[in-house]
Amino acid sequence: MKRAACFLWPWLALAAVFALAPRVFSSGTALTMMSLMGVMIVFALSYNMLLGQTGLLSFGHAVYYGLGGFVAIHAMNAVIHGKLGVPVAIMPTVGGLAGLAFGVLFGLVSVRRAGLVFSMISLGIGELVSSSSFILRTFFGGEEGITTNRAKLAPLFGLKFGPQIEVYYLIAIWCFLCIAAMYALTRTPFGRICNAVRDNPERVQYIGYSAQGIRLIAFSFAAFFAGIAGALAAINFEIMNAQQLGAQQSAVVLLMTYIGGVGYFAGPILGAVIITFLQINLSDVTNAWQLYFGLMFIGFVSFAPGGVAGWLMRHREAARSGEFRRLAPAYASVAPALAAGLIGAAMLIELANRQLAMARSEGSAMNLFGFAVDASSIAPWALALVLFAGGVAMSWRLWPKVGDAWDSVNAGLRAKGRA
Amino acid sequence: MSAALELIDLTKDFGLAQIIRGVSLQVETGERHAIIGPNGAGKSTLFHLVSGRIAPTSGEIRLDGRRIDGLAPFEIYRRALARSFQITNIFPRLSVYENLRCATLWPLGYKYAFWTPIDGLGDVREKTEWLMEQIGLAGRRDVQAGVLSYAEQRSLEIGVTVAGGANVILLDEPTAGMNAGESAQAVALIRRVSEGKTLVMVEHDMGVVFDLADRISVLVYGRIVASDMPERIRENAEVQEAYLGQAARG
Amino acid sequence: MLQLIAFSALNGVLYGMLLFMLASGLTLVFSMMGVLNFAHVSFYMLGAYFGFEIERRVGFWLGFFVAPLAVGAIGAAVERFGLRRLHRLGHVSELLFTFGLAFVIEEIVQMIWGKLPVDYRVPPSLDFVAFRLFDTTYPAYRMFMLMTAVAMFAALFVALKRTRVGLVIQAALTHADMVAMLGHDVPRIFTLVFGAGAALAGLAGAIAGPALVTQPSMAALLGPILFVVIVVGGLGSLAGAFVASLVIGLIQTFAVAMNGSLAELFGPVAPPFMGDLWQVTIAELAPIIPYLLLVIVLIVRPTGLMGTRES
Repeated sequence: MKRAACFLWPWLALAAVFALAPRVFSSGTALTMMSLMGVMIVFALSYNMLLGQTGLLSFGHAVYYGLGGFVAIHAMNAVIHGKLGVPVAIMPTVGGLAGLAFGVLFGLVSVRRAGLVFSMISLGIGELVSSSSFILRTFFGGEEGITTNRAKLAPLFGLKFGPQIEVYYLIAIWCFLCIAAMYALTRTPFGRICNAVRDNPERVQYIGYSAQGIRLIAFSFAAFFAGIAGALAAINFEIMNAQQLGAQQSAVVLLMTYIGGVGYFAGPILGAVIITFLQINLSDVTNAWQLYFGLMFIGFVSFAPGGVAGWLMRHREAARSGEFRRLAPAYASVAPALAAGLIGAAMLIELANRQLAMARSEGSAMNLFGFAVDASSIAPWALALVLFAGGVAMSWRLWPKVGDAWDSVNAGLRAKGRA
Repeated sequence: MSAALELIDLTKDFGLAQIIRGVSLQVETGERHAIIGPNGAGKSTLFHLVSGRIAPTSGEIRLDGRRIDGLAPFEIYRRALARSFQITNIFPRLSVYENLRCATLWPLGYKYAFWTPIDGLGDVREKTEWLMEQIGLAGRRDVQAGVLSYAEQRSLEIGVTVAGGANVILLDEPTAGMNAGESAQAVALIRRVSEGKTLVMVEHDMGVVFDLADRISVLVYGRIVASDMPERIRENAEVQEAYLGQAARG
Repeated sequence: MLQLIAFSALNGVLYGMLLFMLASGLTLVFSMMGVLNFAHVSFYMLGAYFGFEIERRVGFWLGFFVAPLAVGAIGAAVERFGLRRLHRLGHVSELLFTFGLAFVIEEIVQMIWGKLPVDYRVPPSLDFVAFRLFDTTYPAYRMFMLMTAVAMFAALFVALKRTRVGLVIQAALTHADMVAMLGHDVPRIFTLVFGAGAALAGLAGAIAGPALVTQPSMAALLGPILFVVIVVGGLGSLAGAFVASLVIGLIQTFAVAMNGSLAELFGPVAPPFMGDLWQVTIAELAPIIPYLLLVIVLIVRPTGLMGTRES
């Protein structure tokens, strides 16, 4: 009975969060953002089926997201046109099946090679589909894309899903179901063998499995769920655009999944939430938000390859066994230096952005962290440089303290038999 | 009664280099057969040929009378022939338990099953726990395979090999790099897990060979120069020459 | 018709040479370090922009020499301070690092030079007609590009095959550990090779900039085609990259030059479901031809045309 409770409570908590979030964050923008998060969670989790679980790095996963969305949107329009009694709530299934079909089709070509070549093939197929969108104008709608009106489909339990709050709950339910399904997949024989293929594709053959076969099935499932995400996006935005299956979209899902953490199931969920939040809010604050994303990505690759989830889990282990207090002083001493370095870097980027990109048209006066500064004068630049250089230098000097603290934590954990 | 494993006039060329030059061998069911020979004789290549990693240039390989040369490794495994590797080849990020569990799945019939929760499969769990006991790693159940000690990894390597209940087991230098104590434990383990199975072993450690083998074949420059009971091999002049050079004869 | 073929062949070879200039640097770095550098085309772009800036202030020829050196220095710095610490984390981390780097370089270029193309001009000294064939002229600048490419390959060949450093580099291509054991500073060799690869890409950019458009998206446009070239040619094979570059260069150029569609061939009425495809001209198809070639080659010959190194 206790095991069942242990197993159930995270799921109940998740359901509660989904259900109650609109009560806490009830503004229109919040609702739109949360709906988008729901879509991206499904998309990022589907991507991690490939990367984190089977070891396949794809640069073209948005193809299945986009194609799923396009097929769904055309299906919706067909339903509206033909006055068929299909409710919008089951449209994600259509997207999923479309994703699955294309996943099998392209997968047959893609999974013949592994590793780096697979990544290059995924890039090539992504470009193939995305370039085709200029040619097949009826399906992809050219530059304007394809639009629809979700409220025109048959109602379900009296709901027409016109208002955003209703769409949010539709997405939330699908998202919850997809999370559960993808998690369940990891707990099956197939899911376990995917991990084995990731770790050692050669050995897998000597325990009876064709690595190519496993990859194809994983690829197809990933495409299926990506297609569902695409359809949810189509329902949410009521428009599909060829950009959504392009290289940029594929890069975004890679970013989300990696920063969230590929080594843990919930990592991509974190990543999707964080990146969506930043994407929407950061672009209001600065024009250089894409540059920040790129730098953040490089930062994670270099210093925190386990992502946010990896970072949290490491600390969870330490916290559990009471070793945490050894870390606190080391972090406290490094934190100001790190903060100074980051703020200095941000200042430099904002000043450069203003001076180089915008000064000619909009003048060099700007608002930096709440202070009015002139980007063409020396003072703010000097300050930024000092903060950045000083912060980096101090962090460099103080970092070994953190390393030492972790060493003593690990020693403590080993002594308790936990490392 | 046909032999469990039969090699018929097997050759393998790599470009102009002839590595295996006409090897014929018969291993009876239930036999423990060791293959020894100087370095470069082609022992690992022979294993690669039998397990499907590479295809022979000519000749036949028969498992229980049916040809398996040219088949892919996973097809051969599904016909109940399993092999271990000289350089430990396990799943480093999976735990000991997971490593063994993965290896039990196909022969138990679960194949690509994505519709059934693995933790609920009683037969899988029983088999895996039995295996862990056999190889002596029950106390390291949840440790990641990549951080195990060398000897523990070699034991896990053997465990993963025999997990599927293969009838013919190929072990490639199972005691390589072990000290005397570890070797003795490994020999006991090998004896346990090969009970009632056919075992073919490549080994350098003569103590292990004479301890375990029912028959020994000696591979020199891609040919079998002798294949006999251990005592007779010990006294065989050609074998002595191959290992020790001309001096042995005089 | 003959004129079309002649000029298309010339242009196709030129385009192929340009692709190979990029593919060779990429293949060398990959063969030696196992790193597939996503930011290689970004270095190409930097070369073009640096060339533009120097031409603007001083002159084209200074840019021709300085831009590649500057890009090479940047490449070496990237390897020394960024990539080197990632070698122990594995090839995926290295690949992702270069992926992020490509993105960052594009953003910085946009920030400094704006999103619109910049006017990187053909220098007056090379702005004349090389020859006339039938009624059309062929610009001298293109011949210059061709000659530079050939000179670059010759220099590379000599450097690799005839000098001591080249010998060490060749050895490190396949046996980096052994070379380290022999006392050579392999990390420094890596930095050198990476920097040299970047410099080659920068050179390609510096000379291609005036002929093609110099804009922030030039890297993103050429990148995927470059990866198709090396996969089709076979990862790690210089010869394969050469063949694939020429093939793709020629096919794409001819496709754009010829202009027919299925409609012109078979009549204006399209069979069902072919709607859009019927009207499509070959020129419109040109961008996706490399990717179609990729899929076909992978189905028929999974290791690429002359594949050597498996990842």
